[in-house]
Amino acid sequence: MIRVVLPQHLSALAGTGREIELDIDGPATQRLVLDTLESAYPMLRGTVRDPATRRRRPFIRFFAGNQDLSHEPPDAPLPEAVAAGTEPFHVVGAMAGG
Amino acid sequence: MTAVRVLVGTQKGGFVLAADGGRTDWTVDGPYFGGWEIYHMAASPADPDRLYASQSTGWFGQVVQRSDDGGRSWHPVGNDLRYRGDPGTHLWYDGTPHPWEFTRIWHLEPSLTDPDTLFAGTEDAGLFVSTDGAATWTELPGLRTHHSAGSWQPGAGGLCVHTVLVDPSNPEHLHVAISAAGVFRSDDGGQTWVAANRGLRSEGIPDPDAETGHCVHRIARHPARPDVLFMQKHWDVMRSEDRGESWQEISGDLPSDFGFPIAVHAHEPDTVYVVPITSDSQHYPPDGRLRVYRTRVGGEEWEPLTRGLPQHDCYVNVLRNAMAVDTLDPCGIYFGTTGGQVYASSDAGDTWNPIVRDLPRVLSVEVQALS
Repeated sequence: MIRVVLPQHLSALAGTGREIELDIDGPATQRLVLDTLESAYPMLRGTVRDPATRRRRPFIRFFAGNQDLSHEPPDAPLPEAVAAGTEPFHVVGAMAGG
Repeated sequence: MTAVRVLVGTQKGGFVLAADGGRTDWTVDGPYFGGWEIYHMAASPADPDRLYASQSTGWFGQVVQRSDDGGRSWHPVGNDLRYRGDPGTHLWYDGTPHPWEFTRIWHLEPSLTDPDTLFAGTEDAGLFVSTDGAATWTELPGLRTHHSAGSWQPGAGGLCVHTVLVDPSNPEHLHVAISAAGVFRSDDGGQTWVAANRGLRSEGIPDPDAETGHCVHRIARHPARPDVLFMQKHWDVMRSEDRGESWQEISGDLPSDFGFPIAVHAHEPDTVYVVPITSDSQHYPPDGRLRVYRTRVGGEEWEPLTRGLPQHDCYVNVLRNAMAVDTLDPCGIYFGTTGGQVYASSDAGDTWNPIVRDLPRVLSVEVQALS
């Protein structure tokens, strides 16, 4: 089980709380977590990743613990604590503009 | 019993304003999608309970919302709008080639007859169609691949299809307006397009009479007279008698012919409304006086409409998609400002009242007359 924390706008769009739990089918990577997220909540497709390129949108960041995972390869393993469900995977809207 | 519903898109959410046919006592519902930019909300003429909204932010991209109950509830639908094939390049502000990139939907134009069919005009400039209630979208690439498209440059707001007009007498006949490329016309439902800018003259571009490259801010028509089009250009108010084949200036005695919106009275095809703005760098009304100008003779002769509008110290703007008319009698006129006011006139512009004064910056206004 992976815990994912969404920014307020996306949790409102998905009709969920800020933290959701996902059961993933395979090793925990950004790609698999986000694929599973979009499968469970199809209204989030295109809001975290570009729908065509599947690349992270420019003003989105991924954090876990004290690490910025935004620039990690999408198929790199996530930290053990995230894979074990003891730390959440944070999807963050960058602080910019208003 | 008639009623009116005004759909207001703002920089921080959507609002639904409602009144009975008297149009004096209003309710204000919203914000819907608070914190998101709502570039446009539109209603299906075929089903007044079917509404669509374009919701976007720079953070989270594009979402399309649909309501099947007149705005009481909404649900997200398809937001995957992809250009077909290699999208190629247009020109950037500095004149260098720039890849076509989808940013947002500026305009939603529902079909006159089918609530599940609608067009979306986008930034970067493209035209998409959905026939399943916005669940899926398909680009009509003939517009983006027009032979002039590689030379199109964005206006200050981006390279956007901000206006889509469907001829009520022949739905295969479409017009779009693109900032800053101009007007394009299709006679085959959007498959192929021709530029429709002859007669436009724009100082500040290399060839002021060029086939394309004109910053057209808005076009409008009366549904009973589809051949006649009216245009508010960056500068100049224009009229075409021949579906955009040629244009003639009708700015006449306006205090400024710069502005953004233009609208046509619902029952009088030669009664047209504009909101003059001081200049391209001073986006506020001349002399701090918010005046709608009306012609009753198809242009050239304009009268200021001021009763109920602020006539001193007013420095708001009215954006291109932020004016609409209802179909009641007398015709109602509505517009929203960058200061968050939405003004309504229930007597064709003679007098005005604010429906609401303190919304976020208003991006778009549409209106439905309900029976």
